[in-house]
Amino acid sequence: MNWIGRSLPRLEDPTLLRGHGHYVADLAQDAAHIRFVRSPVARGRILGIEAPEGVTVYTAADLSDVGQIRPVLERPDYVAVGQPVLPSDRVCFAGQAVAFVVADEAAAAEDLAEQIFLDIEPEEPVVDLDAALRPDAVPTHPEAPGNVLVEGRMRTSGLDAAFAGAAAVVELDLRSRRQSAMPMETRGGVARYDQRDRRTTLHASVQMPHMLRTGLADLLGCPEADLRVIAPDVGGGFGQKMSLFPEYVALVWLARHLKRDVAWIEDRRENFLASAHSRDQAFTVRGAFDAQGRLLGLEADLRSNVGAFSCYPVTCGVEPLMAFAELPGPYKVLEYGARSRGVTTNTCTMAPYRGVARPMLTLTMERLMEDAARRLGLDPIEIRRRNLIDSFPHRSPTGLVYDAGSYIAAMEAAVAAVDLPAFRRRQAEALTQGRYLGLGISVFSERTGYGTPAYAARGMAIVPGYEQVDCALDPSGHLELRIGASPHGQGLATALAQLVADELGVVPSQVRVISGDTDRTPYGWGTFASRSMVIAGGASKLASAKVAAKLRAVAACLMEATEAEIDLEGGLARVRGTNRSTPIREIARAAHHRSHLFSDLEGGLRQTAFYDPFGTFSNACHVAEVEVDVDTGGVRIERFLVVEDAGRLINPMIVDGQIHGGVAQGIANALYEEMIYDPDGNLLTASLADYLPPTINEIPKIEIIHMETISDATLTGAKGVGEGGTIGAPAAIVNAIVDALAPFGVAINETPATPERIRAAIRSARENRHE
Amino acid sequence: MNDRLAITLNVNGQSYPVTVEPRKSLADALREDCGLTGTHLGCEHGVCGACTVIVDGRPVRSCLMFAVQAEGLAVCTVEGLAEGEALHPLQRHFWEQHGLQCGFCTPGFLMLAAGAFEADPTIDEAEMIDVLSSNLCRCTGYQNIAKAVSLALQDMRAGV
Ligand code: FES
Ligand code: FES
Repeated sequence: MNWIGRSLPRLEDPTLLRGHGHYVADLAQDAAHIRFVRSPVARGRILGIEAPEGVTVYTAADLSDVGQIRPVLERPDYVAVGQPVLPSDRVCFAGQAVAFVVADEAAAAEDLAEQIFLDIEPEEPVVDLDAALRPDAVPTHPEAPGNVLVEGRMRTSGLDAAFAGAAAVVELDLRSRRQSAMPMETRGGVARYDQRDRRTTLHASVQMPHMLRTGLADLLGCPEADLRVIAPDVGGGFGQKMSLFPEYVALVWLARHLKRDVAWIEDRRENFLASAHSRDQAFTVRGAFDAQGRLLGLEADLRSNVGAFSCYPVTCGVEPLMAFAELPGPYKVLEYGARSRGVTTNTCTMAPYRGVARPMLTLTMERLMEDAARRLGLDPIEIRRRNLIDSFPHRSPTGLVYDAGSYIAAMEAAVAAVDLPAFRRRQAEALTQGRYLGLGISVFSERTGYGTPAYAARGMAIVPGYEQVDCALDPSGHLELRIGASPHGQGLATALAQLVADELGVVPSQVRVISGDTDRTPYGWGTFASRSMVIAGGASKLASAKVAAKLRAVAACLMEATEAEIDLEGGLARVRGTNRSTPIREIARAAHHRSHLFSDLEGGLRQTAFYDPFGTFSNACHVAEVEVDVDTGGVRIERFLVVEDAGRLINPMIVDGQIHGGVAQGIANALYEEMIYDPDGNLLTASLADYLPPTINEIPKIEIIHMETISDATLTGAKGVGEGGTIGAPAAIVNAIVDALAPFGVAINETPATPERIRAAIRSARENRHE
Repeated sequence: MNDRLAITLNVNGQSYPVTVEPRKSLADALREDCGLTGTHLGCEHGVCGACTVIVDGRPVRSCLMFAVQAEGLAVCTVEGLAEGEALHPLQRHFWEQHGLQCGFCTPGFLMLAAGAFEADPTIDEAEMIDVLSSNLCRCTGYQNIAKAVSLALQDMRAGV
């Protein structure tokens, strides 16, 4: 029975559908509640913290033994800034936790918090990305006088010659506005102190439980064994729940200090103000093209607003350095020069959000291709055809090695599926009625499933990347798979169960996947960066293959055959070519209870495997058809098509779900969502009435075509697919808007392309024409 | 606090005598006082719909209703949707169509669709999709939620 490749309904779902899931707030009953008192200003000196009589307020002074969050990149261009769990002298962004109170119930804690007065002398903040880079800008941190916390630079030797010999040089300024990953469940934790063994268990809504435990132990100065971190059901993360946040440190500190159970469940406003933001980036690029449209050279100045601090463990390098390393994307870029800076400001700290920098760099490359095609009088599909990578392995100018993919074929399939000539006829006809239709495409690569080499190359002092899996067949013939990855909605338990079921000849429902608990799973890195199916999947395959080998050995002995003759299928071990078979359950029992009969049972039916791959590139092409209302600036997406190549599909239904969700977030990025600060650093979009994630009415039907390039860069043949939807959609939509507005000669190089921005672009195009 | 009120909530056909502050939301009372944590809170300001429950046959955002207002009314939460082992058609189709990922928004969507059908059993598919636009999901891109609800609507109409 082959379980791989089937759209098996998820094993996770019945519990969740009945309302029996355990999200962290569901575990907070009976615990005392913490409420943080947050800075009302973006920057200022703390003069005092006043509490009414009888109210205990915890401040930096109480936490004097606790360390600072200070992630490190081992590179000379990195300035490590420390983030205190609670600040003692100055605040760096509006919403920063300055103190906390505790009460028996959440509402009572909120009442108390309102009575705490923070005496803060406001100072002029630096908020805007480019303003922070001006020579006269005030430094956010004294350690970084120019506000640059990390800087990558490179220049290949032939870049100047490429520009000198170019038939056309295309220049672009692009801007991606700040966003929030905005998981539906906010952050939260429940810390339980156990008097008996003096351990503290933190249940928290996180993506990296093991890393969180390491960070907490380091900051609190205790052995890791004193702590246990459990990620229960997690209501979405998208990168926002990867980091070690000060709130968790305070929570665990308080549980240990009071020796009682305490909870912190943040509200939506806190989540917007103080969790993490992303995508606040400005890119200035120049592309040198020859007359045939070949991209000879690419030069880029990449700026990322990383906010007030550096997120732990991935650091503030995550956006700028990813942009730096991956800008060329799916294109053959012969010569490359880039400078990429992470710029600190008095705003909420940046952390990864699904796609990390790649939505913006894809927008950049796809706008560049479109502009170059227009300048050179080439068909925009043809110019991509001439530049897309087509031989593998491909080595990028930044040293990335791309495994086999279907870059051109995916684009051709997409173009064929949308019937471009028919669209052009519809578009021309609509124009005669004063309606503006547009079609945009975006081709991109998605680097996924990368192990330690990729993170080490970034200079991270903490190098994530591998995964370990512990696979055990118990005496009842049921399988437990303990994984270091920590899924939170991806359906990984189902997909891994399918994978190992095939390896061991059992059914997926016999496989229990255990994740997210530092006491019950091997050390691992969690779930992020489109890695779990590739890396935890690879390790699961290896571990279950080792168990299968032991099973075969025992079965061979029991049935007087050779190991090579044993097939594991349908819950049985069969001797090939005979009618002899024994249920796997009986073999498992014998291996545990009659071990004296077998030789070499070392490790028994419990085996561990480790997997640390170099990484693999998925690829895709997105096509968007839109209609733009030129009077209102409103955009309607009429059609959205994805041709996706993520290698082997383990569970196609789950893969499609990842694409759907990713595209929806990409649409949000392209058209709707924006975190807006006023010049004083106050967040204007701290509620769901102001920050606008799309509803079912804004998301069109998403059509998906799969291609399956099986690459040898991954053990399972599967490539990662978690982020692609988010990466490709903004560029396709923006290109479609620009296409629709071609009669006005309008360029849109900023996301989200809100009605306001589209109207402004049309107005300025009209004014320019009249001048 | 002595300004608490003793009330009885009727949830999923069961009586829950609870003592709550007048300011306590129905959502908080369901979660904290009745122990029914299937009702989730995504925003507590009436936008996301994660907290949707059915009150007297209509979908209601339980973060915007006070617990004391629900006294004497019939409240139905996600825990009351299935009949024993048998999943409600909405639950079944959400499962089969992969209408959930992290599952945090799911109880809200289930109760919204169930409540909209209960309030108007003649509701058509387009109207139903429009109703669904009042809730937020961050994971699914709504594709499979729409599919699941359409299929469930057919089953609910047919009474299966
Ligand atoms: S929690 Fe009630 S609408 Fe969001
Ligand atoms: S399934 Fe995660 S928010 Fe809807």
